[in-house]
Amino acid sequence: MKNIIELKNVNKWFDKFQALKDVNLEVKQQEKIVICGPSGSGKSTLIRCINRLEEHQDGQIIVDGNEISENTKDIEKIRAEVGMVFQQFNLFPHLSILDNCTLAPIWVKKMPKKQAEEVAMKNLERVQISDQAKKFPGQLSGGQQQRCALARALCMEPKIMLFDEPTSALDPEMIKEVLDSMVDLAKAGMTMIVVTHEMGFAKEVADNMIFMDEGRIVEKAKTKDFFNNPKSDRTKLFLSQIL
Amino acid sequence: MHINIIKPNKENLTSFVSIGSFFILIGFADFIFNTFLNLNFTGFLPDTLSYLIPIIFGLIGLYLIRVEFSGNRLLDRINNNFNSSNFNALLSLLVIFSLIKFIPPLLNWFIFDADFAGNTKQDCTGSGACWVFVKVWLNRFVYGMYPDIEQWRINTAFFLLFFLVGASFFVPSKLKKYLLLFLLFIYPIIGFKLISGGDFGLKYIETGAWGGLSLTFIVSAFALILCFPIGMFLALGRRSNLPAIRYSSIGFIELWRGVPLITVLFMSAVMFPMFLPDGTYVDKLIRVLIAITLFEAAYMAEVIRGGLQALPKGQYEAAKSLGMGYWRMHFLIVLPQALKLVIPGIANTFLALVKDTPLIFVVGLLELAGMVNLAKTNPEWLGMAMEGYVFAGLVFWVICYAMSRYSQNLEKKLSTER
Repeated sequence: MKNIIELKNVNKWFDKFQALKDVNLEVKQQEKIVICGPSGSGKSTLIRCINRLEEHQDGQIIVDGNEISENTKDIEKIRAEVGMVFQQFNLFPHLSILDNCTLAPIWVKKMPKKQAEEVAMKNLERVQISDQAKKFPGQLSGGQQQRCALARALCMEPKIMLFDEPTSALDPEMIKEVLDSMVDLAKAGMTMIVVTHEMGFAKEVADNMIFMDEGRIVEKAKTKDFFNNPKSDRTKLFLSQIL
Repeated sequence: MHINIIKPNKENLTSFVSIGSFFILIGFADFIFNTFLNLNFTGFLPDTLSYLIPIIFGLIGLYLIRVEFSGNRLLDRINNNFNSSNFNALLSLLVIFSLIKFIPPLLNWFIFDADFAGNTKQDCTGSGACWVFVKVWLNRFVYGMYPDIEQWRINTAFFLLFFLVGASFFVPSKLKKYLLLFLLFIYPIIGFKLISGGDFGLKYIETGAWGGLSLTFIVSAFALILCFPIGMFLALGRRSNLPAIRYSSIGFIELWRGVPLITVLFMSAVMFPMFLPDGTYVDKLIRVLIAITLFEAAYMAEVIRGGLQALPKGQYEAAKSLGMGYWRMHFLIVLPQALKLVIPGIANTFLALVKDTPLIFVVGLLELAGMVNLAKTNPEWLGMAMEGYVFAGLVFWVICYAMSRYSQNLEKKLSTER
């Protein structure tokens, strides 16, 4: 299957600090990749570069055949195809759950309002919060908010989904409900790149694991190999600490 | 040895309350006799002590009735609200005594000793306010120098405005959009034409004759409506990534914020025409409106920028990740939240604007306060400054208080917190 995302020798600096060092990555359609690593290792920066919430200074990032750089004209078009779920949910607090989900389809994809609402209800159903549609984000629990954020991204019918530590801000008992929704999504064949420390989720879902440290991809391996016989010592150390 | 300070409790409550009430009563009685009847029963005491007797008796009384929980609702309410500690008791007494002292004379001046009937200054014989002055001049205070027989035009314009605004609360939301557009873009032209005249057989009335409260409304309304969008774009401009836009916004804002309004108005009247080519003439009122609008827009920009900065970065990122461009992100996500955050600040600026309108007197336009100023110098009505300014102050207060209440309602209505 063809590559939907390609990163070639990507380098990124925040002022003098180099956040990404020669990152190479290929993601095939329907592939699920889980990225793990210590904090400050560049995991989030990496996936935020893919929809250009961060700008890389060197190398190539190609998403669905379009190279992303400062010359990219329709960055909005590419972003519309790449859904993202954030650590802090980032729901729009002034809009109801339903409006959160319909806003972008109506204004970006120019979908008729009625159709957008149908799509939204379908996706809210999928993450099992369709009964909360009329409420505002502030009235929902953290787990419900994160599932709504997932539904909101899905309403744009993206080709790729990026997850930036989706369960890190949640109470332990709410993590499962979010992970369950993500597992469902994975089974439905979505291309997913997930930054997370939930190793149980990784074992269940991921095709490939990536371990990052100090801005480099230290190890990339099939999930089974990654957990059973990691090659680098740094990976072994990391896994021994979190498992 | 344990010193047992006398304190009320459940058992002896009745006796404590009756003794305490008696002390308080003496305190109040002494104060009232002193204030209204000029009787000083405590005159035999040294001066300072005699003066403080009501406070001392009041404090002792309040101390005696202070009990944690009595079961009596009135007593508990007094204890909770006025008498929770000695210091609170002192403050309560001071406030109550000063109210007793100052409210009656004020009421006397306003109502009981005031004169309402008559048409000339000589009809004012009482020692209170002479509201005859306001009554006689009311027409001028509201319409300025606008000719009496043409005043229906101002009335019509304002009735139309109130009708349209009122209607906008009741029409279905689909029509509401058009009604608002009409109000914003077409109504001002109609209203302006109606009041200034010159076409459709209406007599032309130059803006110099406009004045009074109606001019206050006209200036405020125009400036309010126009300064808001300008301020919004200036706020966005100041945060823009494009240096040209950013620096011109900063320059504009800092220039206007750094100059007193009275100077700006003066320049608009005196200096501005010098830059115009010969023969072109821009009406004085329009120049003033533009000056006030730009001046207030600079303040508005900074208020709105405060809201923009209070918004978490995640909101911008979420909007971007959904494929929204700059304008969609700002008009759908950022501004609705930022403006809601700064409603108090916006209301503040609006109130300041309304109260700044009297300054247009420097270019010879007389709104409400200006007309009062003019009327009090009328030889037949000398010495009426107090009544005039109190009247103007009350009218301004009513306008501003209404706006303030409206902003509070809006805040509540738009709140989506839990």
